[in-house]
Amino acid sequence: MSIAATQKRGFGSFLWDYLTTVDHKKIAHLYLFGGGFFFLLGGLEAMFIRIQLIKPENDFLSAGLYNEMITMHGTTMIFLAAMPLLLGLMNAVMPLQIGARDVAFPFLNSLGFWLFMFGGILLNCSWFLGGAPDAGWTSYAPLSIQSPGHGVDFYVLGLQISGAGTLIGGINFLVTVVTMRAPGMTYMRMPLFTWATFITSVLILFAFPALTVGLFLLMFDRMFGSAFFDVALGGNSIIWQHLFWIFGHPEVYILILPAFGLFSDIFSTFSRKRLFGYTAMVFATMLIAFLGFMVWAHHMFTVGLGPVANSIFAIATMAIAVPTGIKIFNWLATMWGGSIEINSAMLWSLGFIPTFTIGGMTGVMLGSSVADYQYHDTYFVVAHFHYVIVGGTVFGILAGLHYWWPKMFGRILNEMMGKISFWIFFIGFHLTFFVQHFLGLMGMPRRYWVFLEDQGLDMGNLVSTIGAFFMAVGVIVFLINIIYTAVKGEKPGDDPWGGRTLEWATASPPVYYNFKQLPLVRGLDPLWIEKTEGKGKMTPAEPVGDIHMPNSSILPFMMGLGFFIAGIGFIFQVDHSAWLIAVYAGMATAIGSMLIRSLKDDHGYHIHKEELEREAD
Amino acid sequence: MKGWMGKFKSLFLLTSLAIILAGCGRENLTALVPKGYGAESSMNLIILSTIVMTFVLVIVIIVYVIALIRFRRKKGQENFIPKQVEGNKTLETVWTVIPIILVLILAVPTVAATFDLADDTNASEHINIDITGNQYWWHFDYANEEIQTSQDIYIPTGEKVYLNMLSSDVIHSFWVPSISGKMDVNPENVNTMYIEAYEEGVYWGKCAEFCGPSHSLMDFKVIAVSPEEYEQWVGDMQSVDPEAEPQDAVAQDGKAAFEENSCMGCHAIGSSPAAVGPNLTNFGDRSKIAGFLDPTKENLVDWLMDPEAIKPGNKMTGNYPDLSEEEANSIAEYLLQLQPSEITPESAGN
Repeated sequence: MSIAATQKRGFGSFLWDYLTTVDHKKIAHLYLFGGGFFFLLGGLEAMFIRIQLIKPENDFLSAGLYNEMITMHGTTMIFLAAMPLLLGLMNAVMPLQIGARDVAFPFLNSLGFWLFMFGGILLNCSWFLGGAPDAGWTSYAPLSIQSPGHGVDFYVLGLQISGAGTLIGGINFLVTVVTMRAPGMTYMRMPLFTWATFITSVLILFAFPALTVGLFLLMFDRMFGSAFFDVALGGNSIIWQHLFWIFGHPEVYILILPAFGLFSDIFSTFSRKRLFGYTAMVFATMLIAFLGFMVWAHHMFTVGLGPVANSIFAIATMAIAVPTGIKIFNWLATMWGGSIEINSAMLWSLGFIPTFTIGGMTGVMLGSSVADYQYHDTYFVVAHFHYVIVGGTVFGILAGLHYWWPKMFGRILNEMMGKISFWIFFIGFHLTFFVQHFLGLMGMPRRYWVFLEDQGLDMGNLVSTIGAFFMAVGVIVFLINIIYTAVKGEKPGDDPWGGRTLEWATASPPVYYNFKQLPLVRGLDPLWIEKTEGKGKMTPAEPVGDIHMPNSSILPFMMGLGFFIAGIGFIFQVDHSAWLIAVYAGMATAIGSMLIRSLKDDHGYHIHKEELEREAD
Repeated sequence: MKGWMGKFKSLFLLTSLAIILAGCGRENLTALVPKGYGAESSMNLIILSTIVMTFVLVIVIIVYVIALIRFRRKKGQENFIPKQVEGNKTLETVWTVIPIILVLILAVPTVAATFDLADDTNASEHINIDITGNQYWWHFDYANEEIQTSQDIYIPTGEKVYLNMLSSDVIHSFWVPSISGKMDVNPENVNTMYIEAYEEGVYWGKCAEFCGPSHSLMDFKVIAVSPEEYEQWVGDMQSVDPEAEPQDAVAQDGKAAFEENSCMGCHAIGSSPAAVGPNLTNFGDRSKIAGFLDPTKENLVDWLMDPEAIKPGNKMTGNYPDLSEEEANSIAEYLLQLQPSEITPESAGN
């Protein structure tokens, strides 16, 4: 009986397994499930928005409900869908790519996920507890302070809790890459996806604290009578915009860099060619990340910061086009001279290049400050950021899912359905968003609940809504594909694509300790080197020995639950002090769990050499 | 391969068609047909940046399409292993240096235009208008001329007009796409911008910063008239007698009802710095009611009876006694007769 084989178990033990797991591969499943759920929710909100805008002066949604929809669509897609889905892929793949048995802090990994999940649930509870936040995903003060009801309170606490989870996840990945690379896996031999994970984690580390601070100030203003953003009492509302965008712009790169990384791996694999200009790709990624912290005020060109600030931020913004251009041309050069295989994963990647180039093109156009006086806060901006976030991040997530699905689940997604969903989604996407560039310039500001008749905006909005339905159908086909694959999908073996990097040297799905013996890495694309110059499989870097494994724990779940309960308490204690009981109970649960974790030694366990040897190769 | 190209082509045709059908948008609203100094500056940079970036896009697409056609794995090539190229210094330098040059081509005029549009050194020599953004209407105060009005802002063509903008509540943004780009209207500091309209017209203005439920209904108009007409309008507005009795009985009842129902607590008629609600001095001349409804009596009565149904979240709802149909009717009659000037939106054409 193989120790890796799954046994028949009841649903209860299956659930308990996932609630307590500290295995990075199962946490990846949790992230993909959680992120996928919120992606569908955010997509539903998007459909409501587009239905409202199908014709002028429509009354499908009321003004208040529409504002809740746009706020929740943006917040959900950024914080609860795109980022967790990427964190899921990173969790599933990055430790395998560096030849590690797990991440550096498996317990923290689990805690990061549960904080994200409970934060997301808390935010969405607002729909049932008096109304969702309605001040936009940017939640600009003073509008967010004046917003009645508890919507914005849910935004503040939900994001605070899930943001803490993301920060923990980022630190964990940083330490993992620094300390846990297999023998021979130097920094300049790491696959681009691992590099992207590493650099993204640095961005998370430096960007999220700005959001944390901003959210705390907003929380104090709304709940405890402070006046950081209240102009009448000497506060300043522009400070919120700075704090938000000092976080918010790097956040955009937190979303796109992992996608860049996985596209690099996919182009290389399916062109059967080494990544062109590896070193330039790595440094371009670093440069984008660095410049990403220097450009936040380009979201604020119309705030009135003055011509000096606007000029500096305009030039810094345009400068980002240079490293991004390097990446695009390096991808093209990787394909050039290769042997290109076009399957679903590659289709999503090929769809990314023209789409993202258009998004980058409008990005430079937006960086020109005086031109931005026209674009700012119009549908031009809406079109631009959907071109980069959908065309980059969402295409990237879907490419990554098709590429790594066999590694994660042992079954390969159906090619036919993969191609159908790509084409429907791709056409729908361009129908929806291309025309929005023009709507913006024709005088349609964003976040408009209705647009008036006879303003020349009818046709564009109708086309856009039709496109949105195509996108929805594309997503539904993908969901059907997932279900079909789970039931009837082919089992393609460990290395279906002719992989180049270490994850393809493990079983599909990998055993829970990943590598029986850590592999010896002899260069970039280690598996490819062994295939072309060696024995076709990795040489072990160590003899078979005991493997140290962490114990599962329910404590991360309990901490998340505790903060969730305390969050509800914080939100409603403004109405009645009896809610403070929830604050105390929640904090007691969370801090109690931390105490248990701190005081009770947990040394993990060992898989003994004999057990490993008994398992046949 | 053929299917892929075909789909891309049909997609391109479909979107092009959509754009052609939509045209450049409605005249005097669209930014694509600039009719003022700021809009022209922006448009020049929009065109320049579009040309530069389209150049890059075209190169990317050409290389991309050729690579896909030439290097797609063909039958019989299943075991073909291409040459593993590490990189190419010359090529990589080329696609680093050329983008830097392109960025510089765009950066220089951008910086020049940024400083040009922010120049307010000669502001005191020109017309200055103090603007207050409110949820969800605009107050215009011609401080030197001692004129207050709202919703319709009159300016002379061919002259720079300086706008000094402050918000009374949340952040708004003043945007008249055909004349000028936008600038935020913040609660903490006065932002100054200048606008200059080249030709006469009624230009559509919009609030561009999310400000609450009726953000999308916070429209206003810039009415650009000839300098002579502007002078006449200023004179007419300055000589308004706010106490003047209307001619007919219904309007007289309306004036009485206006005073009885505490409308005057918020709405000034005649010159008054107070601006809790819109100043109504030239209400009968305005191009729209509540910023976006056609100026008919029926619309005004509807608005007076139930403003919440028309502009959700407005500050007028609930701040005055319920009006009878008859009262609303007479007030509407009175307000629509407030036409102090011969210079109206019609004077500006369209």
